[in-house]
Amino acid sequence: MRTLTQEFTKGLWEQIPPFRLVLGLCPTLAVTKSLEGGWGMGLATTFVLVCSNILISALRNVIPPKVRIATFIVIIATFVVITELVMKAYTPMLSETLGVFIPLIVVNCIILGRAEAFASKNGMGRSLLDGLGIGLGFTLALAVLGGLRELLGTGKLTMFAQANLDLTIIPLGEGREFLFKFMVDPPGAFVCLGAMLLLMNLISERSAKAA
Amino acid sequence: MTEYLLLVVYAVLVNNILLAQFLGNCPFLGTSQKMSTATGMAMAVIFVLTCAGVITWAVQWYVLVPLELEYLQTIAFILVIAALVQLVEIVLQKTAPALYSALGIFLPLITTNCAVLGVAIINIKEDYDFMHTVVFSFASAIGFGLALVLFAGLRERFALSRMPKPLQGTVSGLITAGLMALAFQGFLKLGEG
Repeated sequence: MRTLTQEFTKGLWEQIPPFRLVLGLCPTLAVTKSLEGGWGMGLATTFVLVCSNILISALRNVIPPKVRIATFIVIIATFVVITELVMKAYTPMLSETLGVFIPLIVVNCIILGRAEAFASKNGMGRSLLDGLGIGLGFTLALAVLGGLRELLGTGKLTMFAQANLDLTIIPLGEGREFLFKFMVDPPGAFVCLGAMLLLMNLISERSAKAA
Repeated sequence: MTEYLLLVVYAVLVNNILLAQFLGNCPFLGTSQKMSTATGMAMAVIFVLTCAGVITWAVQWYVLVPLELEYLQTIAFILVIAALVQLVEIVLQKTAPALYSALGIFLPLITTNCAVLGVAIINIKEDYDFMHTVVFSFASAIGFGLALVLFAGLRERFALSRMPKPLQGTVSGLITAGLMALAFQGFLKLGEG
């Protein structure tokens, strides 16, 4: 049995999605054109994950096992609709950036995976910590990937476009829009994620050898 | 006619659902280890995605809009897709056992394939009429199948080659997918010309 702290921290390295749990790749690849897209998507997913984990864990003894997947999907979809409407109202620009990928949080396999593998078997407190840890791990991964791609691709870092919070790290010459365009193009997403995963594999191998 | 043809080219090659729009990447990496599973998945997606596109279009315009329930779109669509997948499974089992045994294990996976829900939502967002919805859904599914089968072919070759351990599996898969996406990006000029 893990302690409560371990329940939370496992999502940050040991089981960090989308690297350790190779799930939820579509949003990972699609919205990480900018730092903002990365953390925005990450936090939206975290919210849905935490809420659905708590509710599913609370109802775990009531939901009939035969229709559990359908029930999970309805619960998840409800929270996704809430997120969608709230984001449209309060962060319209971010909602525009993420576009179709906000409703698609419903089919993010990380959420359904945690519901099935964790929340339906554990208490509410543990499910909350599990959801929070995995969600923040996902946010961290997306933000790093998004930041890296945006920095290499355009030389800028968009923190929050709505409040005009962007930093120019590498100034571009006159009339130049892109630094290394490959990174912000679709192929760059695959290669960049692959490179990050490779780095994580190398680090794990190193530490396994040292231990 | 030309209009539909252009839509097909756009959906299959220029804006490929897997490589340019990033919809349905989990099965893309998950079921591409072997050619046989890849073809099975591709067929199942083509079938379900086309049906789902048409049905969700009808649900949107004949149920949700008249009742002013557009905000329930996400919930309604995912339920329709889940029900449809179940239905297809039962119907196929009864009427086409051969096809069922070929597609069987892939069908339940399709419920959480974001390509299906994604295309359904894009159909509504782009305000496609009925014919456009049919053509776009089918062409997107073909694009999915094409990319998946090509990718599986590459990965089968890869499995035989020697590779440093940290590169094996998902890492080499992602980098190959990146190179494939680069090749498909060449079609972008087709869209401009």
